[in-house]
Amino acid sequence: MKIKDLKNISQFNFKNIANEDIEISGVFIGDLLSWVMANGKEKQIWITVQAHLNVIAVSLLKEFSCIILCDNTSCDEEFINKCKEEQVNLILTSCSAYECAKELINLDL
Amino acid sequence: MLNKDFEVVNQDYQNMGKVSSQIKKMLLEIGFDPKILRRIAVASYEAEINMVIHAYGGNIHMDVDDDGLITLIFHDLGPGIPDLTKAMTPGWSTANEKARNLGFGAGMGLVNIKRVSDTFDIKTSPEGTILTISFKG
Ligand SMILES: Nc1ncnc2c1ncn2[C@@H]1O[C@H](COP(=O)(O)OP(=O)(O)OP(=O)(O)O)[C@@H](O)[C@H]1O
Ligand SMILES: [Mg+2]
Repeated sequence: MKIKDLKNISQFNFKNIANEDIEISGVFIGDLLSWVMANGKEKQIWITVQAHLNVIAVSLLKEFSCIILCDNTSCDEEFINKCKEEQVNLILTSCSAYECAKELINLDL
Repeated sequence: MLNKDFEVVNQDYQNMGKVSSQIKKMLLEIGFDPKILRRIAVASYEAEINMVIHAYGGNIHMDVDDDGLITLIFHDLGPGIPDLTKAMTPGWSTANEKARNLGFGAGMGLVNIKRVSDTFDIKTSPEGTILTISFKG
């Protein structure tokens, strides 16, 4: 399963796609950064409601395949530009973390 | 083989994690295994954040010796950790509202650092905290 395979999910807004050919290893949901640091695995999709620059730093250090900001979490231009600069895949959605997970499970993730 | 110092600025929330990213990049270029780099990234990120949100900033020193032993020293400018036993307890945190709103303050940082590093030493006084960790590359 690659990032580009998520494009059929209509509720997902692809805000930045830096690399759509990354192979997704799974999904991690969490907003407590040290919990994410401890338990996240490389190439996972990370679903969170945190949208500040540190989230991008965590995503890069953990080598996540994509950040999904769920629950209509808004992010500013600076955040989006940083994702572009650092080549971090970013999806925005109004879905809750649970609904995101359901969509991803439907794709056999 | 390699020696480098990085500055960590007090309360600089914008740039938190930058040093850890630089360290990871430098070690990757030297040719270290991605697996050990992932452990180092976790430890150095947590320690760097602590220097910004709990201390007055400071210095991070990285040393890589000829045998591939990587040593990281996080030296901050105080105020120190009054009770180390409590600080090392999973879930214990004094993180303020601002830090918590950003997702810090689970009280897992030091525990994470200890778990992923090969050696772990922490010395603390009101003048500052010195955390020394190493990884066998
Ligand atoms: N460099 C430091 N200087 C002063 N106090 C510190 C320092 N590092 C940690 N502490 C103290 O130890 C506590 C536990 O630190 P730890 O990193 O485990 O958790 P946290 O930073 O509170 O939350 P988390 O790391 O999970 O986001 C902190 O809340 C703080 O009181
Ligand atoms: Mg911490």
